Parts: sequence; C-alpha cells; structure tokens
Amino acid sequence: MSSFERFLDTFFNATVLEKYAPAILSGVGVTVWLSILIIIAGMAFGTLLACLRAYRFKPLSFFIVIYADIFRALPPLVMILLIFFGLPSVGITLSSFMVLFVVLALILSAFAEEILWAGITSIEKGQWEAGRSTGLGFTQTLIFVVLPQAMRLAIPPLTNRAIAITKMTALGTVIGVPDILNQASTAQSFSGNASPLMLAAVAYVVLFLPFVILSRWLENRYFWRKA
Amino acid sequence: MSTSAPPKTASNVSRPPSLEVRDLNKYFASFHALKNVDLLVEHSELVFVLGPSGSGKSTMLRCCNRLEEPDSGDIFLEGDPVTGAKVDINAIRQRIGMVFQSFNLYPHLSARKNVTLALRKVLRLSRDEADARAEQALDNVGLADKADNLPAALSGGQQQRVAIARALALEPQVMLFDEPTSALDPELVGDVLSVMRDLKSSGMTMLVVSHEMNFAREAADRVIFMDQGALIEQGTAEQIFENPSHERTRTFLSRVTGAD
Repeated sequence: MSSFERFLDTFFNATVLEKYAPAILSGVGVTVWLSILIIIAGMAFGTLLACLRAYRFKPLSFFIVIYADIFRALPPLVMILLIFFGLPSVGITLSSFMVLFVVLALILSAFAEEILWAGITSIEKGQWEAGRSTGLGFTQTLIFVVLPQAMRLAIPPLTNRAIAITKMTALGTVIGVPDILNQASTAQSFSGNASPLMLAAVAYVVLFLPFVILSRWLENRYFWRKA
Repeated sequence: MSTSAPPKTASNVSRPPSLEVRDLNKYFASFHALKNVDLLVEHSELVFVLGPSGSGKSTMLRCCNRLEEPDSGDIFLEGDPVTGAKVDINAIRQRIGMVFQSFNLYPHLSARKNVTLALRKVLRLSRDEADARAEQALDNVGLADKADNLPAALSGGQQQRVAIARALALEPQVMLFDEPTSALDPELVGDVLSVMRDLKSSGMTMLVVSHEMNFAREAADRVIFMDQGALIEQGTAEQIFENPSHERTRTFLSRVTGAD
C-alpha cells in the first residue's frame, strides 16, 4: 500500500464513512439544536444584563460586572466538568445536554453583555438627550433610540462570539452529549479509522461556514455612514 | 418687525408667562456656571441669548427642560412648575421642543420615524395619526420629499430641519434652540433660519442661543447678554447692538462683529 493509499484509507475510507454517516448526521442535529438554544438564551440574557447596567444602579452594576468577569475568565471545560460532576452531589442532577446548554449560554451572555455595554456607552450623549427632550422616558430612550444603535455596532463582535461559543459545543463530548464530535470519536474507536473524524470536520465546516458568511453580510448590512 | 413687548390685553394679563426662570443657579463641581439667573419669556416672544463661550447660555437653556439639573431656583412653563421632585418631567418635556447644535437625529431611523417616535411612544398616537402628523411637520420645514431618507442621506441643513420638525410635531408651547446653525456650512444656514423665521411668524415662543447676529437684529423681540454665568443686560436688539449699556457687552460685540 503506497503512502497515498494509506492516507486515503485512514481519512476517506468509504466503508467506514458509509457505516457511521447516520450517527454523525444525528450528531449534527444535536449540535445545531444546542447552538440555536445557546445563541438565543445567551444573547437574550446578555442584552438584558447590558440594559440593566445602563440604569447605573451601583449595586446591580457591580454584580453584573463580577458575573461578566467570572464567566469570561473561567475555561468552559472547567465549568462543564464542575457542574456536571459537582451538582449531583448536592442533589441537583442535570442532563449532559442541559449542563452544556446552561454553561455555554451563561458564558455567551457574559461576553454579549460586555460587547453590548461597550456599544451602549459609545452612543453619544446627544442621542439620549434628543430622546429625553421629546418626553421619552429613560427606558423608552434606551429601547428605541440607544439599543438599536448599540446592537448594530455590536453585530460583528457578537457574531464572532456566537461562532466561537457554538464551536465549544464539541466540549459536550467529555460529558457524553451525543453531538457531532462525540459520534465521530465513538465511531473512530469502533472502526479504528480516522474517517469519521474527517467527516465530523467536514460537518463542522458545512455548518459554520454559512454562519461566518452571514456574519460578514450582517456587518455590511448594518453598517451605515455616521450622520 | 416688532421690537416691543406684546400688548397687555385682557386675555394675557391673567395668563402666566410662557417660560419663567427664577433665581437659577447651577454648579459644575466648584464652577459656578449660572448665577442667580432670572428670565421671563412672554407668549410668542423670540428671546435671543448672546454671550461668549462658557458664559452659561447653553446651560441655562438646558436647565429649562432639565437636561441639566439646576442646583437652585425655579422654572415655570405656562405657570406649571418644571423643577421640583414631584414634577413629571417627561410630561413637561413634551411641551418644550428642543433643537440641538449637533442635530442629534436618530441615525438608524428615517426622517419620518425620527418624527413619529415620540408621537407614537409619548403621545400614543396610532401609526396613521403619527405618520400624518410627521408628513405635515416635514412639509412645514420643506422636507416632505425626504421622509424616507436616513439622516446620513441628508445635508446638515436638512438634518437640522428634520430635528426641528421632530420637536414641532409634539406641538410644544416653547421651542429652545441651542446654537442651531453653529455646526452648519455657511450656505446651509439660511434654510434653517428661514424655518425659524416661519416659526416666529406663526406665533411660536422661542428661546434661541445663537451667534447669528443678523438673525437677532431681524427677528428677536428681545436680546439677552450673558457673561460668566450671569445675565448682564437685556433689551431690544437695537438697544443691545447699537447702544449696549454694559462694558462687557460692548467688548463682546466688538469682538464678534469685528468693529471697535
């Protein structure tokens, strides 16, 4: 067997690919479903935190900052293991899917809060004043004037962060979430062949490339000349 | 052109002034920005505020709708208190239009939506009512055809006129102008001033901080000169420009007009 044939046999073995493709496809379903849930929950919670921080109520802001700093500092794998293996001993048992969802959504919310907060603070004071001078309340000005502008500024870093966090769903493998990587590495150990991992890699690219392209499109779509 | 105070008729003797400022003081840290400022603006009067930069003109204007919080003193709009803990400031602000030096249009919203936002969310008008009022307001400033444009697609003068329409659509009792033409290219100033002229002839009460001396001469019922946070003198445009009684007013005018 030539080295090229060996290469093909290791990474692109048709028999192995055919056998394990359905399992990996089911993994794709899990990864997609998890990613969507994480993005929705993480972004929503992060936006809520950034908005609450805009009220500049010191004790609340303090807790939000602490929260954001801790969840941005801790490695996700540490948190996943801590919660998955720690919580059952205090009587709380969460499924591995649930643990992965909660941890990644919390981490995303911490980053989203910081990104949106940066956006909110970068909106000129004059925008607040214009809103307030027409009789809009603080919350109305925040929601209808400031937040939409902050969101547009935040879209490029937010989409990057969303891509980064959804890739981390692969960490679910260590606690047994049946995502793409888990299916592929199981298949790899049964078959003794790396082809399933190659298929997983392809699946990730197929999944995330449109997302990356979408983020590029969003950046252009929501860019507008400064008035 | 009328430079005298409006005649006292039976109907406005009992009516409170449009805007009244009493003994207003404002500090920025230890800096005394406004010193015991008193001011009366009568109905349909255009009061023009002059003064060197840092004299407190803008601060006084911004205290009138409490974008700056006064440290002491009272402000009344049509006899209703503007200052005080119990005042619903959002309700007061609907009745006071404000135009800013830097326009402050919402860049993510079309000209129409810039106007309708407060109509919908503050006055709670229906979409159709708000749109109709916005069309009318934009038409009044000559921009009916620009309703769908984003601010970025408008010139500075057009943006400022949209900002005026946004304030006017709420049908305020007083309009505050904070250096409305200072950020404009010279050839765009005229359009904004002509809108202000129309507004004046429609009977709007206006308090204007500006450096447009010619506009003051032509349109102001009264000119006020401020320096170092205090109201130094006031009178008709003619009195202030031709025969100022205070030395500081003379110095300021000679500097801005280039005369001596």
